[in-house]
Amino acid sequence: MTPTSVDRTRPGAGRLAKARRGSEPYAFILPTAVLLTVLMIVPIVMVIGYSFTNNVITNKHPQLVGLQNYLEILGDPVFHTAVINTTVFTLGSVAAHLVLGLAFAMLLNTPLLSRLTKALFRTIYILPWLFTAAVIAVLWRLLLSPNGVINYLLDSSGIGSGQIEWLSNPSLALGSVTFINIWAGYPFFMISLLAGLQGIPQDLYEAATVDGANGIQKFFSVTIPQLRPIIISMLLLDLIWTSQQFALIWMTTGGGPINVTEMLSTYTYKLAFSRYEFALASTSAVLVLALSMVLAVFYVRHQRARD
Amino acid sequence: MTMTKRSRNRLLMKAGVILALIAGALFAGFPILWMLSSSFKSNGEIFEFPPRLLTEDFSFSAYISILTDPTKVRFFVNSYVVAIAVTLLTLVVAILAAYAFSRFEFRGKRIINVVIVSVQAVPPITLLIPYFGLVVVLGLYNTYPGLILTYMVFTLPYAIIMMTGYFNTLPRELDEAVRMDGAGSMTALWKVLVPIAVPGIVSVGIYTFMIAWNEYLFALTLTKTEDMRTVPIGIQLLMGQHSYQWNEIMAMSILGSIPVLILFLFFQRYFMGGLASGSVKS
Repeated sequence: MTPTSVDRTRPGAGRLAKARRGSEPYAFILPTAVLLTVLMIVPIVMVIGYSFTNNVITNKHPQLVGLQNYLEILGDPVFHTAVINTTVFTLGSVAAHLVLGLAFAMLLNTPLLSRLTKALFRTIYILPWLFTAAVIAVLWRLLLSPNGVINYLLDSSGIGSGQIEWLSNPSLALGSVTFINIWAGYPFFMISLLAGLQGIPQDLYEAATVDGANGIQKFFSVTIPQLRPIIISMLLLDLIWTSQQFALIWMTTGGGPINVTEMLSTYTYKLAFSRYEFALASTSAVLVLALSMVLAVFYVRHQRARD
Repeated sequence: MTMTKRSRNRLLMKAGVILALIAGALFAGFPILWMLSSSFKSNGEIFEFPPRLLTEDFSFSAYISILTDPTKVRFFVNSYVVAIAVTLLTLVVAILAAYAFSRFEFRGKRIINVVIVSVQAVPPITLLIPYFGLVVVLGLYNTYPGLILTYMVFTLPYAIIMMTGYFNTLPRELDEAVRMDGAGSMTALWKVLVPIAVPGIVSVGIYTFMIAWNEYLFALTLTKTEDMRTVPIGIQLLMGQHSYQWNEIMAMSILGSIPVLILFLFFQRYFMGGLASGSVKS
C-alpha cells in the first residue's frame, strides 16, 4: 500500500496533511520573522518610547515628558544646521553620482574599443566601491592634508595656492566631504546603468537614426527613457543611504569644524554617545527614521510599479 | 573622400573616448595608487617635498610591523570571526525564507515582503540607541554574538530578496517533483534546490561577507575593549595615536581591503550581477 492510499483510507488525515501544508511556509519564514521582530520592530518601538521620556539607559526611572524632547530638538540651531548640511551633502552626492555614473557607463559601453580594454577600465572604475568608509576616510585625510599630494598637484599646475586645509577650513569642509563621498559612491550607479545600457535594444537606436536623430537627440529620446526605471530606483536608494552616511563624516571631520559638516547621523550619535542624552538622541533618531520612511514609501511604490 | 572623412571622424571619436577613459581612470585609481605607494614608504618620506609616487627606499616594514603586532592581528581575527559567522547564519535563514517566498502562496506574504523591502531603509543610527540598551541588558555588550546578531539586520533583508529572485529563476518542477514523491519540503529544498542554486548562494554570501566586514557604526558602539575591535575600528584607532604613522595606516588599510578585493577578483561576474539588480547597499 502506498502512503497516499493510507491517507485516503483514513478520513481526516488528508485534511491534517493539508493544514500542515498550509502552515508550512510559516515555518520557513519563522526564523526571519523572529529576527526581524527582535532586531527591527522591538527596537523601533523602544526608540519611539525613549523619545517621550526625560532620559533612558543612564536613568533608572525614566518619566514621560510628552513632546518636550521634540520641541527641544526642533528648536535646536545645531539640528537646523544638521538638516541643511545633510540636504546639501545628500543632493550634491546623489546628483554627482548619477552624472558620473552615467558618463562612465556610457564610456564603458562604447563600441569603439575592444572588450578587453573596456573590462580593464571597468575594473579600475569600480575600485572606489571596494573600499570601506574607514579606509576611504583615512586615505582622503592623507591626500587632502595641507602638505598632501592634492595640494602639491594643484600648486604645481598653477590652480591652487599652497597649503589648503580642505577638511579643517570651515568654508571648504562640507564641499570636501561631499567630494569624497562622490568619489566613493559613483560605481554603484555606474554598474547598474551599464547593465541597463546593455539591455537597450539596438533597433531603437537604428530607428532613431532612420528618423534622422543625432547623437544628443538619441541620448534624450532613447537612452534616458529606457534607463528611467533604473535611474529612479538608484536615485531613491542613494538618497536614503547618503542621508544616513555616518562613518565617512565621523572619520574625516567628525562633524566639524564648528558644525559645518554636522549631519543628522553625527548629530544624533553625539547626543547619545558623547552627551549621554539618550532621550534627545532617540527623538532625533525618530525624526531621521521618519525622513527615511517617506523615501522608502516612494521606493516600495516604484519597485511595485516596476514588477 | 567621404569615406576618409568618416574614418577620420571615427578616429577622432576613438581618441576622445580613450582620453576621457584615461581621465576617469586617474580620478578613480590615483587615490588607490597613492595608498599603495604610501604603504611602502618610510613614515618620514610621506610628506617629503616634492612627493614621489615611486619611493626610492621601497620597504615592507609598515606591513611587518602590523602583522607582528598581536593587537592589530586581533582586529583581523575579530573581523573574520564576525563576518564568517554573519555570512553563514544569514545564508541559512535567508534560504529558508526565500524558499517560502518563491514556492508557496500564503496569507500575509505581500505584507511581509513590503516589511523586508522597507527594513533596508531604516537608518542604522535609529536602531543603534535601542540596540545599545538591549545589548547591555542581554549581556552581549563587547561580545561577538552582540555584533553578529545586530549585523543580521543589514544582511538579512537583501539576502532574502536576492535569494528569492534567484530561486524564482529555477524551474519549480524540479523540487515540486521531489515533494510530490513524498519527500518532505526540507529534502526538496536542501537536496534539490540548494545544490542547483549555488551560484546565487555564492553571490549572496559574498555581499553578506562584505557588509559585515565593512560595518563601522555598530562595531564602534557595541564593542569597547581593544581585543574586541574589528578592522575598520582598528584603522580609526591608528589615526587616534599621537604621531600618525601614515605608512602603517595605509598598510593596515590595504590589508583590511584585501579580503574584499580578492572576492571581487574571483567573483567579478556575481558582483556585477548583484549590483545591477540594485538590491545591494553601497
